[in-house]
Amino acid sequence: MFRNNYDNDSITYSPTGRLFQVEYALEAIKQGSAAVGIASKTHVVLVALKRNAEELGSYQKKLIKIDDHMGIALAGLAPDARVLSNYLRKQAMNLKMVFNRPILTQRAVLQIADKAQENTQLYGSRPYGVGLLVAGYDETGAHLYEFQPSGLVLEYYGAAIGARSQAARTYLERTLEEVREVTDVESLIVHGLNALRDTLAQDVELTLRNTSVAVVGKDTSFKIYEDDEVTQWLEKLDLVSNARSRDDGADGDEETAEGDAPQPENPDADAGAAADADDTRMETDE
Amino acid sequence: MNHDPYVWGRPDDAVYGAYNHAIANASSHGNVQEETSFPKMNSQQPIITGTSVNSIKFKDGVIVAADNMGSYGSLLRFNNIERIFKVGKETVVGVSGDISDFQQIQRLLDELEITEEIYDNDGGHNLRAPNVHEYLTRVLYNRRSKMDPLWNAVVVAGFNDDKTPFLRYVDLLGVTYGLSAICTGFGAHLAIPLLRQLVPDDKDYQNVTEEQAREAIINCMKVLFYRDARSSDKFTLVTLKQGQPPKFEKDLRCENQNWRFAKDLVGYGSTQL
Repeated sequence: MFRNNYDNDSITYSPTGRLFQVEYALEAIKQGSAAVGIASKTHVVLVALKRNAEELGSYQKKLIKIDDHMGIALAGLAPDARVLSNYLRKQAMNLKMVFNRPILTQRAVLQIADKAQENTQLYGSRPYGVGLLVAGYDETGAHLYEFQPSGLVLEYYGAAIGARSQAARTYLERTLEEVREVTDVESLIVHGLNALRDTLAQDVELTLRNTSVAVVGKDTSFKIYEDDEVTQWLEKLDLVSNARSRDDGADGDEETAEGDAPQPENPDADAGAAADADDTRMETDE
Repeated sequence: MNHDPYVWGRPDDAVYGAYNHAIANASSHGNVQEETSFPKMNSQQPIITGTSVNSIKFKDGVIVAADNMGSYGSLLRFNNIERIFKVGKETVVGVSGDISDFQQIQRLLDELEITEEIYDNDGGHNLRAPNVHEYLTRVLYNRRSKMDPLWNAVVVAGFNDDKTPFLRYVDLLGVTYGLSAICTGFGAHLAIPLLRQLVPDDKDYQNVTEEQAREAIINCMKVLFYRDARSSDKFTLVTLKQGQPPKFEKDLRCENQNWRFAKDLVGYGSTQL
């Protein structure tokens, strides 16, 4: 174990300008199982892989409803996600009461980002160890945001977080144009599941036990589908594309790290650099 | 036995004499009256007041008017109070009642506008009239529940999400209602019947043109100036039209006044029967 003098708290910079505790928090996200989100013009789909600690145990919930028009998928420390989701729910309810309108997805995600950022600036606190995908449909349309414990928030058309999520990102990059034109929710979900399947380890399959799906969009309030309700989409998964994707995923997992998932706006230069750094570190860890 | 809990456990005045408050400056001001009186009091009445706000919807907008008078009781103390102000891009709020509470409301809404701006990165999703109204309702009801009301009646005018005209009232009790013609204060008695001639039914505003609405409101301002002793003939009129910023016309005057009816008035300051 190497010795690092600059990671005793989350507020001290290293001489190279890094906050190690914050970066470790970003690593915690990668310990969690994968979650994938895609946005079409009218709908957002979240899919996630649930894990159970042991054979007889229950599966950890990965999707949480915030309001009728908004929900989140999490990867990382689930208790931290519960705290954040409670905060989001409170904010959503309060805004609904005070202004009589649903909270904008952007506003919601910026509010938890502000909350998370405080932890990177206060001595004695710890950054949240969870990444979130926030999906919402409001008066400005369908939106998908990624939230990181550093306080970073970016909007995406397709995003994936959690273990081996690079494989899903690769799938999303390849199918972006097709996905953006999708008009029916069904095929959006199938795309999401295809991406999620690419993140699986060799001996794991998507089953009705470990797969969660959630949809929100135009005239569709946020709904989570689990267990028997997801079989309808698992049956639609194309075996051929699965095999191909899995090959790609195995080779290209870390090599394609420089390609960020497609985003609507220009990616922040710093964010890109940080992502690169993360991926190289991940290699050394393994 | 004295059943008032306030005196339980205290030495009986009949036996020991009244407590000497000068001892060690024990009481707040050595004032028995104050000690035993009601512990706290909030505003019981407005001080400087603004009179009616008059408003009516028309086909594709709203007109709101209020005079510039601030009265101290029956003394016409200030004649330059602007009681209608803009919130966001397309909403105006007209306030009658206590002027200092009106200024507090104005500060709250200015603050709200700034905080909303922070989370509105791409712009254009500012609060619209229904949201401003809901916010004011929460504020006013909250204050009345603390028994410390903001002593106002407020009219919020603007547009709904679907661009149709929005006009709604809220007052110091948190009571709200929406109508096609809303007046506060004296106007609720005198101006409403005049405006209802244009909008006998709530949905009739769709047949009212801007010119008709404007003429009716200006007529109301004149009638109110005749009859409301707390009003002035100098007023501000705001026209909200779909897709345009609110148009403020300040320092308008009631034109063509005719006071001949005054000689027939009976009672109060004029000749008695």
